[in-house]
Parts: sequence; C-alpha cells; structure tokens
Amino acid sequence: MRVPYGWMADYCDPGLEPRDLAEQMAMTGTEVERVVTLGPESADGFVIGKAVSVEKHPDADRLNVCQVDVGEGEVRTIVCGAPNVAAGQTVVVALPGAVMPGGMKIKQAKLRGVESNGMICSERELELGEDHDGILVLGDGPAPGTPAAELLPLAEPVLDLEVTPNRTDCFGIYGVAREAHAISGAELAPAPWDGGPIGPGLSSEAGDVERLDDPVGEESTADRIRIIVQDEDLCPRFTARGYTDVKVGPSPLWLKARLIAAGMRPISNVVDITNYVMWLTGQPMHAYDLDLVPEGELVVRRAESGEKVAALDGNEYELSDQMVAVADRNGLAGIGGMMGGSVSEVSETTTTVLMEAANWNGPNLLKTSRDLGLRSEASSRFEKQLHPALTLRAQAVAARLMIEICGATPMTGLVDVAAPAPASEPIRLRAGRVERILGLAIETDRQAEALEMLGFGVERDGEDLVVTVPPDRHYDVTREIDLVEEVGRISDLDRNLPATLPSGAGRPGGLSRQQSLQRRAEDSLRESGFDEMVGWSFTDPAEVERLRLDAADPRSHPVKLANPLSEDQSVMRTILLGSVLGAAQRNLSRGADRVALFESGRVYLPAGEFGPGPLGGDFPGNTRPPSNEPQHLCAVAVGSIDPSSWRGEAGVSDFFALKGVLEHLAGGLGTAVTVERLADGPVQPFLHPGKSGSVLVEGQAIGWIGEVHPLVAAEYDLDGAVAFEIALADLLAASPVGEEAYVDFTPFPPVDRDLAVLVAEEVSAATVVAAVEGSGGELLTGVSVFDVYSGEGVGEGEKSLALRLRFRAPDRTLSDEEIDPLVSGIVESLAGIGGKLRG
Amino acid sequence: MVERIEEIEAEAKAAVEAAGSAAELEDARVKYLGRKAELTGILRGIADLPPEQRGPVGSTGNKVRKGLEAMIEAKVEGLKNAELEKSLAEDRIDVTLPGSPARAVGHLHPITRTRRLIEDVMIGLGYQVMEGPEVEHDYYNFTALNHPEGHPARMLQDTFYVEDDQHEEEVLLRTHTSPMQVRAMEASPPPLFMIVPGKTYRRDSDATHSPMFHQVEGLAVGEKITLADLKGTLLAMLREIFGPDREIRMRPHFFPFTEPSVEFDVSCFRCGGSGSLEDGSRCGLCKGIGWIELGGAGMVDPNVFGFVADTGYDPDHVTGFAFGFGIERIAMLQHNVGDLRLFFDNDVRMLEQFS
Ligand SMILES: [Zn+2]
Repeated sequence: MRVPYGWMADYCDPGLEPRDLAEQMAMTGTEVERVVTLGPESADGFVIGKAVSVEKHPDADRLNVCQVDVGEGEVRTIVCGAPNVAAGQTVVVALPGAVMPGGMKIKQAKLRGVESNGMICSERELELGEDHDGILVLGDGPAPGTPAAELLPLAEPVLDLEVTPNRTDCFGIYGVAREAHAISGAELAPAPWDGGPIGPGLSSEAGDVERLDDPVGEESTADRIRIIVQDEDLCPRFTARGYTDVKVGPSPLWLKARLIAAGMRPISNVVDITNYVMWLTGQPMHAYDLDLVPEGELVVRRAESGEKVAALDGNEYELSDQMVAVADRNGLAGIGGMMGGSVSEVSETTTTVLMEAANWNGPNLLKTSRDLGLRSEASSRFEKQLHPALTLRAQAVAARLMIEICGATPMTGLVDVAAPAPASEPIRLRAGRVERILGLAIETDRQAEALEMLGFGVERDGEDLVVTVPPDRHYDVTREIDLVEEVGRISDLDRNLPATLPSGAGRPGGLSRQQSLQRRAEDSLRESGFDEMVGWSFTDPAEVERLRLDAADPRSHPVKLANPLSEDQSVMRTILLGSVLGAAQRNLSRGADRVALFESGRVYLPAGEFGPGPLGGDFPGNTRPPSNEPQHLCAVAVGSIDPSSWRGEAGVSDFFALKGVLEHLAGGLGTAVTVERLADGPVQPFLHPGKSGSVLVEGQAIGWIGEVHPLVAAEYDLDGAVAFEIALADLLAASPVGEEAYVDFTPFPPVDRDLAVLVAEEVSAATVVAAVEGSGGELLTGVSVFDVYSGEGVGEGEKSLALRLRFRAPDRTLSDEEIDPLVSGIVESLAGIGGKLRG
Repeated sequence: MVERIEEIEAEAKAAVEAAGSAAELEDARVKYLGRKAELTGILRGIADLPPEQRGPVGSTGNKVRKGLEAMIEAKVEGLKNAELEKSLAEDRIDVTLPGSPARAVGHLHPITRTRRLIEDVMIGLGYQVMEGPEVEHDYYNFTALNHPEGHPARMLQDTFYVEDDQHEEEVLLRTHTSPMQVRAMEASPPPLFMIVPGKTYRRDSDATHSPMFHQVEGLAVGEKITLADLKGTLLAMLREIFGPDREIRMRPHFFPFTEPSVEFDVSCFRCGGSGSLEDGSRCGLCKGIGWIELGGAGMVDPNVFGFVADTGYDPDHVTGFAFGFGIERIAMLQHNVGDLRLFFDNDVRMLEQFS
C-alpha cells in the first residue's frame, strides 16, 4: 500500500520525517518496505512562471523562444520545444540549479544560438502525470515566482507499507492517518465521509452529503436503477447511485498526481474518482456507463459454468458456477468484486453514470482469484473481507468528487440492497488481563486512551473497559486478546517490555534417546570420512526408472505434488540413493576426483509401517500423518575413501570398504549388523546382483548395501559406486547404549582353535559361521573368519575358509579333553552343510 | 705360581680391552680361557702342586678366570650395542617427507551443525526436541492454527499441495514447523516446553527463498507465561548463538495463530547495532539498520488452545508463547553464506569448509 505523505497529512500530519514515521510504524505493527520520493529529490528551483511572450526560434522550426516572468522583476529567456506553449500560460519553470527526477541538473545553455535560462516542465518530467505531449499548463491565479511545491506535490515522499492482511483499515489513506495519529498523538481530521477534507481546493460545500438524499435532480436513483442480488452470501451489500450531466475528461492535476504517487494510472475523471475513493477509504468502487446498462438493471448472481465475460483489462474470462458475477439483461457485465466488464465501460461519451460500492464474500473472492489467476486492487481488498458499512462511506466521498470534478448531478437517494449487517457486540477488557498476557502493567487510563486513539469506543465498568469496535476493525478485533494486542502495540513495547524467563520448575530439557543416538550415527559416518549433504525432498518422477524400480515396487509410487514448481521436482523421494548419487555426479563433474557423501534424511512413502518413534515416522498427535516418513541413512562412495600418498595409491573403495564403514557405524551404537542375501534374486534392482546384500540387525532387514549396478551408475555418469541405505530408527532400536548391564569378566584364559574348512563356493561365510555357532555349545564364545582361499590345493568349485574358534569358561581353564569333543561336534555340524576339514 | 697367574690376568685384561671386534675378542678368549690356555693348564694341574700351594693357586686362578669371563661378556655386549648403533645410524629416512595421511574425517552439513547448536541452547533452557511430519493435513498446518478455510492469511504462504484422494481435507507440504504445536499439545497436557526443528516448504525460489528450507519452532505453555518471557527466552537464545552483547527488538506483527504477534530482530553483530562500520561506511550485513530480522513469534492465540481443549489447554488458565525462525538464516549469518541455494547444492568444496 503506497501512501503519499502529503495525502495522509490532509488528515493527520505527525510532523515527522517520513523515515522516522516509517520507523515508528514498523515498531507498532506496520512494516514500511521503503520510503521513496516521487518527482524531483528536492523542490528547490521549481517555481511558477508566466509566459509573457512566445516567438519562433530564428534558426529552429520546432523551438520557441519564450519570455517568462518568474517573479524576479525581469523576465527570463527560456527556449522551449513544446508545441502547446503560448503566451499568457501559467507554467512550472525549473530554474538553473534545479535537479530533475533522474538526476539531470538544469543549466544555463545556448540552444541554436539563443541563451536559455531554465526549462518549462511537462507533467511527466515532474512525475506528476503521464502527459508528455506538451508542457504542463496550470490555471490562472498563482503569482509568478511562487514555489511550485505550494501548488503541486513535488518531491513527494511515498511510504510503501506492507500491510498485514488483518488490517484492512490500513488499505485506505484515512486508516493510515489514524494509525499515525495513534502513534504520534498529532491531531486527526474528521474522516472524508464525515465532513473532513477530500482533496486540495475542494469546497466542503459540495461535501454536504445529506443533501443528496433530498430530491434535487429530476430523477431519483431508484427510478433509473434496479439492483437484484440473488446470492446474499456472496454479495452481502450492493449500493448504487446514479449521476447525470457527467462530463468525462482528464482529472485535475492534484488527483492525477495522487494516483500516480499511489502507484495507479490515471484514466479519466470518473474512473480516477473510483480509484481515489478506494485508496482513501479502503472500499473499492466501480463506475458503469448507465446508458449502456439496459433498463438500468443489474443482477448479482452466481455465474453459469463456462459463462464468459469480457473484462476491463481486455481479457475474456470463463467463470465457474462458484464465482459471483454482475449481469445486465444481455449477459455478464463484470466479475463481482474483481473487475468490471467492458460492455458498460465509462468512456469519453459517457454522460450518465452508475456508481457501485458493494461488499463481497472474502473467501469466495480469494478462491475466484486463485482459480482465474487474476487479482486486482479491488479484489485484494475484498478478499480480506471488508465490512458492509464501508460502502456508504465510499458513496459519500464519491458523490462529493463527482459533483466537484465531473460537474455531475447526483440522482436522489441510494439503491441499497443489504443483507443483515454482521452483529457487533462490545468486548470487555478485564482488569489485569493486559499484564497477564504481556508481563507489563499498563494503567487502565492509558489502555483506554490507546484504544480511543485507534478509533475504538471505550466505556469504563469498574476496572474493566467495555470496548466498541468500529466497522473497519470488525473482523480483526473480535476478542479480549485482540484488544490486548492493540494496547500493547502502541505502548512502546520495545522499550518498556522486560526480558524475563518463564517461571515454573521441573522441566527436564533434553534429547530423546533416539535423537541422541541419531547424532551418534551421523557423527560415525562423519568420522569415517563422509561429508553430510542435504538433498531435496522432491525429485524427478523419472528417478524411479533411473533406479530401475518396477511398478510392483512401492517405491515407484511416490507422493505427488499437485502444484510443483517444475516437473523435475514434482514427486517426493522414496529413497535417498538418487539424491546422493546426483550430488556425487555434480561434484565429480566439477572436478572432484573422489566423493564420499552421506545423507540423513526422510523418505516419503504412501503407506507402510510406522515407527519405531518419530524417526520411524510415528509422530505425536491425534491423527496419523498422510504419508509415512521414516528417516533413512544413505552413504555413497565413489573412488577411494582412504587417502593416497607418496607411499602408494589407495585403491577404489569396494563393497568391503563400505561394509566396514557400516560395521563401524553399528559398532559405535553398541550393536552389529549382518549382511546376507535373503533370496535368490537381486537384492535391489539398482545394485550389482552379485555384489550386494540385505542389511540385517537382530535378524530384521533394515536396508541394503552393495555396488551400484553399472547401468544405474552410468545414468549418473559414474564409473562405479558403492552405497548403503538403512532405516535409521530400526538400527537405533537395536542399540543397547545406555542400557548395558555389566557382566563379570573371567580371569581364566581363552583357548583358540583354528579350523580350515572346505565348502562349496556358493556357501556363504555367514552360513558356515552359523553352523559353527549353532553347534559349539556354551563354551564357544566367538567365531571369526580370518582367511578365505581358493585355487591350488583346493578343489574346483570349492573354497577354504579359515576359522578361529574361541572357547572360554567363566570358572576354570579349559583342557584339551573338554574342547576336543566340542570341536568334533562342530565338524559334524559343518558336514551338514557340505563342509569338511582341509588337509 | 700365584705371581704368574696375576701376570696372565694383566696380560689377558689388556688383550680383551684391546679387542675391537667380536673376532679379536674370541681370539683373546681362546688364548686366555680356552682349553689350551696357560691358566686352564695351571688350574688343571693343581693336584700336582705341593699341598701348601694348592689353596692359594686354586682360589686366585678361579677368581681370575671368573673375572675374565665377566669382562669378556661385558665386552661382547658393548661391541653388540656399538654395532647396533652403527647400523641404526646408517638406517636413515628422509624425515621431511609427508606423513602417511590418516583417513580424513568428513564434515557435517552446516544446517545440521546450526540445528544442533540451537537444539543444545534450547535444551539448556529446559526444552525438549520434537519432530513432526512434513507431508501434513491441512487441519494441522492451517485450520487448527486459526487459519480458517478461505482466510487470506493462507495466501501469505505459497503452499505445495499433494495429489491425494484418501483424505477429506487437503494434504500439503507443511509451510512451517508450527503444525507440531498442535500435535504436541494433543499428545501432552501443559506445561509444555518444546522446540521442533525440521524441513518446511513454500512455493518460492530465488536467492533468498528456497522451496525447501529448515525452521525451528518453539512453544512454551504454562500458567504464567507472558510476552516478556518470550522476549527473555529469545534474547537468551540469541546471545548464545551470536554473542553476549546482542540485543533483541520485537516489532508488532500479524500471524493468525499468535496474538499479540511480533517479528523479532537481533542487533547486528558486525556493526554492533550502530548501522555503520568503524571506517564510517554503511554496514552491509544489516544494511545500515543495526538490526537483523530473524523470525516471527507471539502469544499463542486462544483459538489455537480451543483446538486442544481436550488435553487441558484452557486459555483462562494457561498462556503460552510460540516462535519460529529459519535455520538457514542463522547459518548464513554465522558463516557469511550469501546465497541460500548453496546449502542444497552440496558442493564438497563448500561442505568441507565446515569442520
Ligand atoms: Zn550492521
């Protein structure tokens, strides 16, 4: 909302530098985005001049040599190129030394041999209007030499306010002036609809609104205009007044200047009046050429689905049956609250006008705006829900302007079709309530004063205040707490409010066990040499194919966005791998020679089991979240994770290097993972079928690890990569950290036995170890594989595993006699999986 | 005879001492202690001596032999050590070559580091850390936060909606971490002190807006919580993050789910809040204002408590404050990162600057 300072000062001049006012407004709830100066930076050097004589330049056809009186006693010679310059005109002269908008400094100059001592200005050169066809010609009256700023808004400071959507009152100049009044204490003039000023040089005589209800003209509005509102819920009030003898033409300079300063384009006096009234009161208006409204009849109704309207912006809009339209007898004449139709547009030939000030349903208009992709100054106000009573304010101000500016004769009376006004009950502000909420005591008198300055009606009831809310604050201030805010915001809270900490003991702060273990897991990967990344939650739907996930895989059915920013960010990721591979690819393409990245982030699945805990997607609250969002941990290594040096090149990190990282991670959490192939087929479609496995913790599959399938790696321009991804909550659930129970350690030494076992190539180490563990009895405390061998001395299709078995008893040193039968049992068990002792 | 033994001793000692190598020493040992040595002969012939000489010759001879043996042994040890030292001295490396590198540790993402810092500060103030869903029901993101259907405040946040036919209400990506206020209050009665760090989403993308970003929500509800407590809490937090000299400024604002609402700023830590640097130039960090805008806050709107009345949130008995701010914003200020998008580019040349 752009607020020209001079316009606001018609109602309240806080006597502050615009920047200081902006600062104070920011500290009371209205952000001022910036303060700009319209026109020249300074009004110095701009004076009124009178053209005494105008002659053709002797050497240039298009130039005139003017003698201009600027009140100096002697006239000045000024060369002027404007075609409309003529003797006798009152004009604005920029004297040498004056600085034009944009920074050009006026100097004495010779133009084709003639000395020129200044410049006669056009509207556009002064940023007062858009007319550049000729110089600006003022009406007679002002004496030559008068500073132009006394007549024209030169160097006008404009405050650009960022009005919050609750403050519909500040979408009008008068509302902003009232804010300035409450902030500064400077006097507030009566409202323009209440006998206050409406514009520079306008007589208040014309502002006698009461008169308009007397039968002055030949006609009464009700005779010429018929308004039918079919949907009261969408249009709670529609007021209209007719005018005859309207003289359409350009607006006076001051009005154009104000509209331009406010950021609007002047069009014609009638249209400019509707915009001016909107900017002043916050209530939008619309003017129709009444002669183009058949029988003067307008119907407010829901549009028929697919019904079209040609709007004033030159576009045609197709409406739905949820949208409200204004129709004449022939069809649609406008989109209610949004934009008028071109069918009854006011033009140069217009002589009768129907002036509309209506009230519309905010939420409905908001939806219309969204559906049509159309937003106007009017709809941006209506969508925040205005009070129906504001329509009368607008009609009153418009009537005064129509009479003064357009020479119009108002018809008698308003047509006013109104649903019952929204009920408004006084609000009680209890004693002590302000202090209870703010933590700052403010005297009751001071509270009352603050509210009154803001336009509220206040009565005392003991220590309580009983407060009446004006219509333009009706939807914003509805409860006691809203009054507390009003009092607080203009009580210089920033300076007065103490900084305290909440009282009340016994609050334990801290991380949950899951949260602290999450940190430990992330730290482990960091210690293992991986850089943490944060990938986008949304991804390309084609990622599913890049990762070779087929339709049967639930991960190929991601959560879809209805309004994505782009196609490649249109679905929520179901796996982290794609994000991490993408980041690896980008880094390598930028010259990195190796990459080790991990991400700790969520995936988004349409369904699936929730939990354990928030990291497993089980969040507090009564209603389950719409999707399942478990936290995953994914690590990818390309190249070596170990450093190379002058002593040797570190090899490319392979499956086992990454498995070591995973084991380190689990070990750091006090638990262990195993990697197994649970089925015959590939573990994951995006992994090397022979070099991949499922990751298990306590027998439960929690993810996968493996070499990335060469075809998938190629999709990401990688020569190869190893990766794992696990469900973090499931891993953390297996961690005994913090819950360990001490077990007495034995002083008796262990006895180690090594076995070399021949098994078929396809028998996994885990199978062999499981066979040993299953048959070793209680005294067997550990089995490890310390060598794998195939080749010479071992049969075709076989491999030799070297196992170290460790036996230990808590109460004695074990003898060979005790251990030998155990080993025999183990060997027997190994025979069950086709194993035999080697050599 | 005893005199002869003492002569041999002196001779032998001199020979051992003179030996410069293991071989010379062995020669001396054979010569003076070997089977054919004179001393060996004397001791072997003791029985042939007259009885009165046997005692003195035997004891002197044995003493001398033991002494020589010990001397040779010591000399062997000495020669060995000398040879070792010699070979060690020849076994030289170039100590100026680089050491074998240990596996380099990786780096936590700056957002993680800043998030943990904020968590730790708030834990110290008695807060718990909670997480909530990012794909969320309209109810939690808007309705229960006092944004009724059709409310213009919904327009303030450009929302990503989700294609969904399973739920009656719309499903969306949360536009703020505030939905967890409602979820947390549904789950536990007052008093409640919690923060919610997490990802949030808005349909907006440029150097200062990312469609995905991180926020921290804070909520404190109890019997006597005031706006002054909010100010004190934010001030304590900001001083932990930005230094003990920082000040806070609260500007009234509007949010549907807090009343009164404020935006809060921290005094600029580059110019000390003056807006200008020592050389008199305008401070670029705060753009000469002296304050840096950080986030929004306010007293929990009674309407929000109305949605969780079942768990004991009665606005006549409890009050509360809530606040929210961006983690990236804090991290950008902490580390002088100019472009928000760098956080999601994951260029290791950026990541590896944060150890
Ligand atoms: Zn600064």
